[in-house]
Amino acid sequence: MLIFELSRPGRKNLAQAPAAKPEANDIPAHLRRGDKPLLPEVSEMDAVRHYTRLSQKNFSIDTHFYPLGSCTMKYNPRGANQHAMLPQFLARHPLASEATGQGVLACLYELQEMLKDVTGMAGVSLTPMAGAQGEFAGVAMIRAYHVSRNDVARTEMLVPDAAHGTNPASAVMCGYTVREIPTDRDGNVDLEALRAAVGPQTAGLMLTNPSTLGVFEKNIREMQQIVHQAGGLTYYDGANLNAILGRVKPGDMGFDVIHVNLHKTFSTPHGGGGPGSGPVGVSERLLPFLPIPIIAFESGRYRLVTEKDLPQSIGRLSGFMGNTGVLLRAYSYARMLGAEGMRRVADFATLNANYLMAELSKAGFDIAFPQRRASHEFIVTLKGLKEQTGVSAMDVAKRLLDKGFHAPTTYFPMLVPECLLIEPTETESKQTLDAFIAALKEILDEAHANPELVKTAPHTMPVRRLDDVKAARELDLVWKKA
Amino acid sequence: MPFISHTEEDIQSMLASIGAASIEDLFDEIPVALRADQLECVPPALNEMAAGRLMQERAEQDGRYLNFIGAGAYEHHIPAAVWQIATRGEFYSAYTPYQAEASQGTLQLLYEFQTMMASLTGMDISNASLYDGASGLAEAVLMAVRAHKTARRVLVPTAVHPIWRQVTDALVKNQGIELIPVPYDARSGSTVAESLKGFEGEDFAALVIQQPNFFGVLEEVDELTDWAHAQGMLVIGAVNPISLGMLKAPGQWGSKGADIAVGEGQPLGAPLSSGGPYFGFLCCKQALARQMPGRIVGRTVDMDGKPGFCLTLQAREQHIRRAKATSNICTNQGLMATAATVHLALLGQEGLERVAAACHANTRMLAEQACLVAGVERVFSGLFFHEVVITFDLPVADVLRAMEAQGIMGGLDLTPWYPELGNALLVCATETKTQEDIRKFLGNLERIVSRRSSGPACTRLKPAADNPFYQNGNK
Repeated sequence: MLIFELSRPGRKNLAQAPAAKPEANDIPAHLRRGDKPLLPEVSEMDAVRHYTRLSQKNFSIDTHFYPLGSCTMKYNPRGANQHAMLPQFLARHPLASEATGQGVLACLYELQEMLKDVTGMAGVSLTPMAGAQGEFAGVAMIRAYHVSRNDVARTEMLVPDAAHGTNPASAVMCGYTVREIPTDRDGNVDLEALRAAVGPQTAGLMLTNPSTLGVFEKNIREMQQIVHQAGGLTYYDGANLNAILGRVKPGDMGFDVIHVNLHKTFSTPHGGGGPGSGPVGVSERLLPFLPIPIIAFESGRYRLVTEKDLPQSIGRLSGFMGNTGVLLRAYSYARMLGAEGMRRVADFATLNANYLMAELSKAGFDIAFPQRRASHEFIVTLKGLKEQTGVSAMDVAKRLLDKGFHAPTTYFPMLVPECLLIEPTETESKQTLDAFIAALKEILDEAHANPELVKTAPHTMPVRRLDDVKAARELDLVWKKA
Repeated sequence: MPFISHTEEDIQSMLASIGAASIEDLFDEIPVALRADQLECVPPALNEMAAGRLMQERAEQDGRYLNFIGAGAYEHHIPAAVWQIATRGEFYSAYTPYQAEASQGTLQLLYEFQTMMASLTGMDISNASLYDGASGLAEAVLMAVRAHKTARRVLVPTAVHPIWRQVTDALVKNQGIELIPVPYDARSGSTVAESLKGFEGEDFAALVIQQPNFFGVLEEVDELTDWAHAQGMLVIGAVNPISLGMLKAPGQWGSKGADIAVGEGQPLGAPLSSGGPYFGFLCCKQALARQMPGRIVGRTVDMDGKPGFCLTLQAREQHIRRAKATSNICTNQGLMATAATVHLALLGQEGLERVAAACHANTRMLAEQACLVAGVERVFSGLFFHEVVITFDLPVADVLRAMEAQGIMGGLDLTPWYPELGNALLVCATETKTQEDIRKFLGNLERIVSRRSSGPACTRLKPAADNPFYQNGNK
């Protein structure tokens, strides 16, 4: 049932509305709305019940284990939410004077400083509103750097084939063409291919480390040198920072720019698809190009740094100060973790991933890179299972839903066939991991004994498998009255 | 350990299973030289109580003000149920709904969101949100350029929000797309046909029309839309969603309607919160569906023919198309769209109309009575919705500082953005302002302005406004 189908003409919920509707007799008819928008006419209780019931049709971290690779679905502390939603924080207008924002700016400034420390970079800007916007900012800074040196023949961005799709898409938004670099047999970026690819046209390299194959790039410093020697800059995609938080600082590896996903590593909520937050950190040479505003602390007060101070900045990426409320949650979380807690994040995320990998290997699952340590995630390939039983990675993923577990990331990275990318995060207990292992074992047995059961899963969700071809062919994106 | 549940026994048995002696061993593939010793700038952990106390103190330090600033972010009443529902763990802590069968709640809600936004803007379809209004305008410009095929220039009036213009420029310029300014009419504050004449016969991808514009002034949207279409351009309508409870929807502008409607969704349930998180909305005509950026939810059926919802048209998106995607956007602002949907369901048609009417009436009252104060005048003659520009013979920064001392955020100083306007203040009174609030504003305005006209120079307050917005003469 849609909210519109609950609606009845003339039903009004006036507890939420102003008491009167003053006549706007100064506005002529040709500027006025002639029709009524399709908004539901329901009571407050109808609406509350409807959306509460809808919420119950979702999996979420608060209700289910969510081993989604490269998404870092860890517990979102409720305290951080409460702290960010204090009434004074919520009520403050973004253009109110800085004198009346010293409290919120103090939090943001300290978050900036903490992120500088964990990334090992010289400067941080908090404004990008998601990882992809952080990537855009990073690549735009690389471009601005080359342009400032009149080095304008650099038109190509190098991206490993295992990278998230946002990497090549962000490079294109910055006006670059993309060249893919293949992966070697061990899951590292192919060094020879990288050497062959660089040249005077190279603007830079975008690298995710640990990679989306779940391994730490062993030759990361060589890669760095190859690109730098060719005159390119290096971009570190921090999507998987959770694996090395507090243990390795990307700045120490010589990278020029990094973005961090606060909705992953700093445990701000995913919200069913955002809001995220993707701060960027830079080395000394990119400091002048940081996106604005950033926060400075001078003579005992906090202020926003703008284009006046940073005339070479790549500019503004949001209407105001990025996703401030998300930044406050990340700040609160960082303070509750402290320095030791941050290292523990990497320790236990890595322990959980390696334990799951070891147990699944023992249970007969094929691990894509069994000779390697898992970072905070690893890949299972079901190519063998598919050949034997016809059961695919997608089928296993759907069957997991029936067993009360969210599916891992499927069919990504694309270079491993029939893959499940599994990331447990540090906040899951051994009991949960053991239950997940047991569920996967059951599914393996089912795939051999009764493959149809797995191929037609899920069987217990509000709906069964959806016809996404029909969804794309016969577009139904808005409801219309019958 | 905060947020980690492992017992010593767990750790030992897990290490035994892996065949590692210690957790340290699990990092043995990382070159030794790259391992960091410690963090220098992260203080020791606070427990929830201590962190809460720290945050409470900082929140109280910032205090609360009677707010008359709008300029792209507006204070509205948010029904209590909105955030109680949005912060339910099932919405708050869910991922992007890739696993449709386990995400029907979020997916159906987003389908309802798309329906409400498309109807509100009078367009055929909507996406499932973008980051914010400013970056949303950039996405609309990119979309128009893709759709137009030949032109890479877009006409953007200077009466469009100055920060939105900056953000759009920052996001599109690397692709060789140029924003060409169209001046506003100094008398009315609107974008008039005369200013557009010079652009006739040239190749532009689109005209952006903000309604109401940054000054709060209403544009002659029909005339502007028809002009742009006659020139072969697309029309991008940048609208305030609350105003659509009263003003003509972009889909009805002119004889053919705008092609794309975009805007800042913050007035629909998002707290001001120092600038975010908010959300952008983007709606368009059906023909442009495959040019849209971002997530889109579609209704379909499952294997048993039962209706259900899933993400659709994913072939436009970065995780499928990579370098050929319509945008690099991945995560959007799902939770804010969730809040907006509940917000609109609670308001309904009548509620939205009342909020729009009350905002308009309050600002009208404020503007009319402000003009009764000696030395205060409206800058523009054009009709306005819920924001208005006033002027007086006193530096705006002084007036704002004096207001702030009385607990009032008096508006936005326009002098750094539009120096040609002199001492210009942009003021907004939404439905949250009572008559008493407005009287308080007016009383203080009268007191401050009159003291200046008779008082000695030394009573003037420190002129440097310290808001970042003020520090930028660029527009």
